[in-house]
Parts: sequence; C-alpha cells; structure tokens
Amino acid sequence: MRRALDAIVSAVVLALGRRRRRRRPSKDAERIVPKLPSDLGAESLVLALLFLTAVFAVGFIVVYAVDSLPDHTQLLGATIGLSLLCLAAALIIVAHRLIVTEELVEPYPPREHPYEQELVAKLVEESGDRITRKRFFKLGLGAAGGTLGLAAITPALSFGPLFQTKYFRGTPWRKGVRLVDEDFRPYRASDIEEKDFYTAFPEGLSLDAREELGAPVVLVRLPLDQLRLPPRLHGYDAAGILAYSKICTHAGCAISLYRTPLFQPDEPRPALVCPCHYSTFDVADGGSVVFGPAGRPLPMLPLTIDGKGFLRAAGNFDGEVGPGWWGTRIWKPNP
Amino acid sequence: MKLAALVGASLLLVGVAAKPGGLVRQGDALYGQYCLSCHRANGEGTTTPRTIGAAEQRNQQQQQAVAPSLRGVGALAADFYLRTGYMPLHKVGLQPRRSRVLFTEGQIRALVAYVASLGKGPPVPTPHPQKGNLSQGLQLFTEHCAGCHQVVAQGGVVTGALPPPLEDATDVQIAEAVRIGPYVMPRFSKRAISDRQLDSIVRYVDWAKHPDNRGGWGIGEIGPVPEGLVTWFIAVVVLVGLCMAIGKKLKHA
Amino acid sequence: MIRRAVRFLDTRTASTPLLRKTLRYLFPDHWSFLLGEVALYAFMVLVATGIYLTFFFVDSTHQVVYHGSYAPLRGQHMSEAYASVVNISTSVKAGLLIRQTHHWAANVFVAAIVLHLFRIFFTGAYRKPRGLIYFIGVTMLMLALLEAYMGYSMVDDLLSGMGLAIGYSVGLSLPFVGANLMAWLFHGPFPGQAALWPRMYIAHVLLFPILIGVLLTAHLLLVALRHHTQFRTTSSTSEHAVRGVPTWPGQAPRSLGLLFGTAGVLFLLGGLVQINPIWLWGPYHTYLSTNGAQPDWYLGWLIGGLRLMPGFDVVIGKYTLVPNPFWGGAAFPLVVFGFLYLWPWIERKVTGDTAYHNLLERPRDNPLRTAIGVGMAAWVLLVFIAGSSDRVDVWLDVSYAKQIDVYRVLVFVLPLVVAAIAYRVCEELREGERVAHDQHEAEAEARLART
Repeated sequence: MRRALDAIVSAVVLALGRRRRRRRPSKDAERIVPKLPSDLGAESLVLALLFLTAVFAVGFIVVYAVDSLPDHTQLLGATIGLSLLCLAAALIIVAHRLIVTEELVEPYPPREHPYEQELVAKLVEESGDRITRKRFFKLGLGAAGGTLGLAAITPALSFGPLFQTKYFRGTPWRKGVRLVDEDFRPYRASDIEEKDFYTAFPEGLSLDAREELGAPVVLVRLPLDQLRLPPRLHGYDAAGILAYSKICTHAGCAISLYRTPLFQPDEPRPALVCPCHYSTFDVADGGSVVFGPAGRPLPMLPLTIDGKGFLRAAGNFDGEVGPGWWGTRIWKPNP
Repeated sequence: MKLAALVGASLLLVGVAAKPGGLVRQGDALYGQYCLSCHRANGEGTTTPRTIGAAEQRNQQQQQAVAPSLRGVGALAADFYLRTGYMPLHKVGLQPRRSRVLFTEGQIRALVAYVASLGKGPPVPTPHPQKGNLSQGLQLFTEHCAGCHQVVAQGGVVTGALPPPLEDATDVQIAEAVRIGPYVMPRFSKRAISDRQLDSIVRYVDWAKHPDNRGGWGIGEIGPVPEGLVTWFIAVVVLVGLCMAIGKKLKHA
Repeated sequence: MIRRAVRFLDTRTASTPLLRKTLRYLFPDHWSFLLGEVALYAFMVLVATGIYLTFFFVDSTHQVVYHGSYAPLRGQHMSEAYASVVNISTSVKAGLLIRQTHHWAANVFVAAIVLHLFRIFFTGAYRKPRGLIYFIGVTMLMLALLEAYMGYSMVDDLLSGMGLAIGYSVGLSLPFVGANLMAWLFHGPFPGQAALWPRMYIAHVLLFPILIGVLLTAHLLLVALRHHTQFRTTSSTSEHAVRGVPTWPGQAPRSLGLLFGTAGVLFLLGGLVQINPIWLWGPYHTYLSTNGAQPDWYLGWLIGGLRLMPGFDVVIGKYTLVPNPFWGGAAFPLVVFGFLYLWPWIERKVTGDTAYHNLLERPRDNPLRTAIGVGMAAWVLLVFIAGSSDRVDVWLDVSYAKQIDVYRVLVFVLPLVVAAIAYRVCEELREGERVAHDQHEAEAEARLART
C-alpha cells in the first residue's frame, strides 16, 4: 500500500516537475554555469517532442515490418525523417530555453610562440653537429628518398598501358566483314530505307566486344542526287547507303538522333546529332560538323554490297573513331 | 408493313452506298476551305512558294507557302495530322506542333476520307499494346526513339526542332507518327519496326505516361536538373532556415 | 554517477584537463558559422548510408540477364553492378530509402560546402593564420566533386554511363598526356577493362572517404587550435579575445539539433522525393544514349562549358594539341579552382595586407573582394545555367541554338556588370552606415548641448 502510494507520487512528480528548488547557497556562489529560472512550458514541449520522436521511430520499425503497405519507401522516409526532426526540434528548444547559453570571452591563443620556436630550431640544428659533410648528407638522403619513392610508385604503372596508344588505334572492322543488327542478323542493302537510321556491328563480335567505341556504326540511305561526298570519300557509300561511326567525335556519346526532313524545301537538312552537347553532323557530305562543339567530322566506314545483297565493310574507317586525343589525326585505323 | 420494310431497306442501301461518296465530297469542301491554299488542288502540293493571305486558321499576315504532296499518304497521315492539330499549320516553315483541333469528329472523318481518296495509301493503324512486351518496348524505344524523345518520353531537343513529350499521344497517334516520320522524325516502315514491335513500343509509351515512381515525387523523370532545383530550393532553404533558427543574426557594431 | 564516469575516464586516459578545455571551447555565435557543420553532418549521413549500400552493391561489369521483379527490364543484358542497384531499389527492404538518402546527402553535402565556401570567402576568414585551413577546405571540395561523380557513375545506368564517357573524353583532351593517362586509369581505351569497376569502387568507398576524413580532421583540428573567427558585434570585440558560446552546455544541443535536423531533412527527401530512378533509364551500353541526359548539379557547370565552346580542335600539323572538350571540361575548372586556391595569396599581394586576422569582415566592408567574388560566382553560375538550356528549350520553347549564341556573350559580359553593381552596393551600404553613425553622434551632441 505504502509502496503503491510512493510509486504514484513519484510518477506525478516526474510528470509535473519540482516547483521548489533546493536552496544550497554555498554551492550557488561557486557555480560554473550561471543559474537561470526553469521553464516548465519548454520542458513539457521537449518531453512531448521526445515522445513523438519515439512514436515515429517505432512507426518506422512497424512500416519496415509490414512491407505490404503501399508507398513503402515514402512511409519509411516520412517516419524516420519526422522522428529525427522531432529530436532536432527537442534539442533546439533545449538549447534556447532549457540550458544556459553563456557568452564568454577568452583570449585567442598567441600568434606565435617565439621561445618554443627557437628551442625547436636549436634542437634540430644542434643534433646535427656531429655530421661534417652536411651538404653531402642532404644530397644522399634526397637521392635515397627520391629514388625509393619512385620505386614505390613504379608498380602503379601496371594499372594500364601508360605508354601504349596502339589500343586507341584499332577498330574491330575489317575489309569484307558483314554488318549485322542488334540481334546478330546481317543487313541487306534492301533493308536500308531512306528516312530511317539503323545501328550495325561487325559480324562475329560478342556482346562484350560490341561495347568497344570502334564497333557501332549508324546506317542511313540518301538519294544519290543528294550525296555531296568529298573526293577523299568517293565510293564510300553503297548505292547511297552511308555508314558513320556511332560514337561522337566530341566526347564519346552514342549518336542516336537522326534529323531527316519529310519535306525538304522548308525543313532542316538530314543530319546525325549527338544528344550530349548537340554536335550536328551533315550526312550528305561525309559527316562534317555543322553545329556544336565537335572538332572533327564523323568517321565514315566504306561499304560494298556483296553478291547476295548483304552489306559488307570495304575497309576500315577513314579516320580515328571516338573522342579526340593527341594522335587522333596522325594515324588511321589499320585496314 | 412489307412495303414499309422494303422502302426502308432500299433507303438504307442507298444511304450506305451514298455514304463514302458523301464523305469524300464533304471532305473535298473542307479541303478547299482549309488546305487548298498550301496543298493545292487534288493534294498535289508545291515546292515553289506562293503568297497566301490571312485565314482564320492561320497567322494573320501574308506568308510564302510551300507544302508536300498528299497523294498516296493515305488515311494514316491525314488522321494523324488532323487529330493532333498539327494541321492546319498556323505559320508555314515552323515545326508542326500539337495544338487546337479545328474540326469536329465528322469533319475529320470527311477530310481523312478525302485525302485517302487522293491515292492508294496506308489506312489508319490499329495498334494492340496489350499484345506487346514492356521490356522489349523499353529496348526498342531506347534504341530508336530515346535519342530525341528522352528515355521516359519527356521530350527533348534536336538541332532545329523540338521532339515533343509523348504524354498526350494516343496509341493510334504513336503508331501513325512512327510510320510517317513527321517533320524531321525518321520514318520507320514495317520492315524496320514490325507491327508486333510497334505494339511493344506503344505499350511502353503508354506505360511511360505513368512511370514507376516508387521513389516518391517524380519531379519530371528527367533526372539531375529538377534534382538540383530541389537540392537548392527545398533542402538548402530548409537547412539554412534551421541554421538561422539556431544561431544568432548579425548585429554589427 | 557523472562523477564516477568522469573518474573512470580520467584514471584510464588522463584526459580530464583536455576534456575540460574542450567542453569550454568557445564558438562565436552566428548562423552562417553553422554551414560547415551542415556539410559535416551530411558527410556523416553519407558514410552511414554508404556503408549499408556496400553490403548490397556488386562492383562488376560482368554482363548478366535480368530476371528480377522489375518487369520492364526483364530479359535485358546489363552489368552486375546495374543489376545490383536495381535490386537495391526494388527488392531490398528500405534499400531504396537508403539509396535515395545517400544520393540526396551527396547533393546537399556539396551544396553546403559551396555555401560554407561563400561564407569563408566573403568574410575573409581565409586570411592569415587560417590559409592552411582554407587550402584544405578547397581540396575537400574538389575531392567531394570527384567522389560524388564516381558514386553515381558506379551504377552503370544509361545516364551516368554517358557521363563517364564524357569524363573520359575530357581526360583524353589533356594536351600531350591525355590519352596515356586515360589508358592508364581505365586500363585501355573506354569502356576499359573489367578492372575499372573495382578500381572506382575502392576509390569511392575506401580511398576517397579516408582522404576526406583525414583532411576533415585536420581542418577541424586547425580551426580548434587557432580558434574560430568572429564578427565585430560589440565595440569591445577585438582581435585578441574571442567571444562565444562554450561547447557545454551551450553549443552541444544546438550542434546535435543541427545534426539530427540535417539527417531528418535528408531522410525525408530520401523517402518522399525520387532521385536518380535508374530503373527508368535502363542499363548503359556505349552504343545507346538518351536526350535530356545531364550530370548531377555540381557538375552542371562543366556541361555548360562543354556545350558553349565553338567546335574546333587546336591542331599543329597532324598533332592534335588541344581536343575540344579540354576548354569546357578541364580548363574551366582549372581556372576556377586555381582562382580559389590562389586567392588568399593574390589578395595579400594586391592589398599588401599580411597581418593576422581573427576578426571577420562583412561583405560590404571589402567591396573589391566582394565584387571579384560575386563576378566569379556569376561567371560559373551563368555557364551552369547555359548547360541546361536544352531543357529550357523544351520547357519554354526558346531555340537551343539561339540560347547558346546569347550565353556565349552573356557569360563574359554579365559577370563584369554584376561585379560592378556589387561594388557599388557595398560602397553605398557603408556610406549609409557612416551617415547613420554621424547622424546618431550629432543628435547625441545636440541632446547634450540642450541640457
């Protein structure tokens, strides 16, 4: 009975707080943190927020367990987010109203410690007094340290072919290789219609090998009277079918836009466009850049049509494929 | 009773027989009113510009008009251009855009019938998206369409044109656009994209109108641009506000 | 009980004197001093959510066929890396929440650093003796950009794959050494060998976090050793004494409140606002691309630079000295970071001010610095905005090509105009204060004269 009464009183006191503070005058005088009156309103608010924090946190656990709930991710985020924000609010109210925010002053640390500086300098200088050929030592240590450091980083060269640029210069295309679509079916010349664009790969390449920048080409067909290929690209087309590298010469994105007018007189000319920075390549004149930041025309793959009507490569590209590097104009992809 | 039935039946027959002819005639009249000045008589079109004046469906200034021939474009093209409001074109030389549809259902049917009569062309397509495969649709769309229209069909840019977002496109219109290649869009024939493949593409585009936004508010489904806006105009604003609630403001001496 | 705990600590570690100093360390009180803390707390959220993600992510470009629960991708070829992230987003409970919170935290982390950098720059906090702290801070910004770029590129989705190709091309465009460097880093030309992904993964989850962590510790330690700068808030504020709130009890609940507040905002975003829905983009292949692809906002200034440049390579005979992406992708950030790193030294040289400074200036108190800073910021911001002009075209129907033409002029003219205006504004504000001060003094004199 007595115990129950005690428990009830304790609970009430816990909930309501103590209104009378114990006076300890001697302790007051030597306090570090100054005294300020209590704020029961703020206390209750903080307690309520802490309680809410707990409710939301439990809510998170419950939502996690019941994954049949719709908008699961949203509920999870809302519960844990609100829980954290309630805790944040509680702490901020504690900061503003329930603890003392003192504004104290203390000196900045000294700018320098000249005495200690001198001691340290002297210590280092004097400890080297036994060495007579200081310069040589410095040289020796420098050489030893430097070369050892160099040796330590040398294995990093194995990361990749730092001195080999030959890997930039090849493509998987060879003379006579057939052009196939995404499903490995070879393209016939008659498959290629005007006003459409097709993606082609060398026959025989695995799915992984197709990711090489030199592999994909885009095929378009223009009426012969619209072709304006420069002399160096004469004969690269196959009855008006043109094959360009699908990789933009600016920054390596796939060229997946084909602008082709339905009605020539008042619509833009046929062009291949890159969606990254909108480099625009004229398809009728060998891939010259008509807009955008590309610095090099789109490389062309020469085509022939074999006896059975299939499209085949007649050689390798007329220039390096993909984004530019220092050797881009020096070499051509090997035949 | 029998006489009434006989008269009714024969009237019906006459009506049925007259319908197509009547529709084409109606379409011819509408063509003369709205399309003739650019597309010329019998839909022959012209590549030599001719000055045309103001009309209710056009820009109120004089324009130089050129227009493609409509011979052989079929009901498919007419249906597409009229139902989307691409035609009549407000200003010659600009990209046709989805806009006000001037005609009633009956008028559209009449015009479509008239244009179809100008030469043998494809009929209005009947896509079956429910027969298509969503995953195949995504792959085909990415390969053929996403470069211009963006992978979730939110529209994009090509030099000199604006491929539109596809949320307002009906199944039939999607199929029609694929087969026409309007303005600078490529034209995909049945050889390039079979009808079954087209079903998958239509199914995907329909799906993309309400994509899987299980992560929450979709903010346009185009990625980092709206994400950056949320970062700065929502997150930063709230967090700076939090800092201002915690710390003091400056009272300079 | 507290006394028992403190006694335990002191007897085992002998650290109570240090603890006492730390608990009474003074924090000058201004809301803008908390911006760096926001970045710190965002970093903590990044590490916590990141650790969780490492338990599910697979760092392999090995191609697999997807047979998971997300229908639109079923049957498609993709890397294991991409498949694992689709798995996290669709099949791991709370996986999408953690992943999105992680990505929002990255965005907010960089934003907070930038805001903090602005505060440091425009108040002159980087001046002697805090130049080293500033140097470390700018380095952390650079590392944060690279770290975040690697983070979203690891997913191998269509958008980030395109971004990785572009990053590679920028590396390739470095004069003389570009191709060799990239071949070394990627183990061959793009898309690189199988070793590339584990390389990126280890850099992102181990090397860079450790590097940033170490620099962060040094950054905070140096601030504590030299003590924080302060504004002149009363007539008695001086260079010699710091006025502030002690760690305990004053600052602790505020900082903790900011920690949980930041975490709360990030988790709310992570659950309620979708970010980087990679299942919608599909897997990356070098021969695929989509319109509307953009990098995350903190790299948007670079896509602007790349898009604004006219199309030319610098060629000497057959030797391509400077491929085009160099200007927008490498030279531009080099200039900006060069400016940031060198600015304290430039300012010292130009003004001749080599004194120690513990007091901060308000932006208006140093019109030249403010004008130059605002001008630089305007330049970067304009290039950044130019980078999203294709979406502006879609949204507002203004021709992309025309916008590019306008921006090409604007990005050089407008910053000068803005800088001049900022200078004037600073001068006017100070003049206004001087007038108000004189008026105040005159009125006080007058009142005195009357009595």
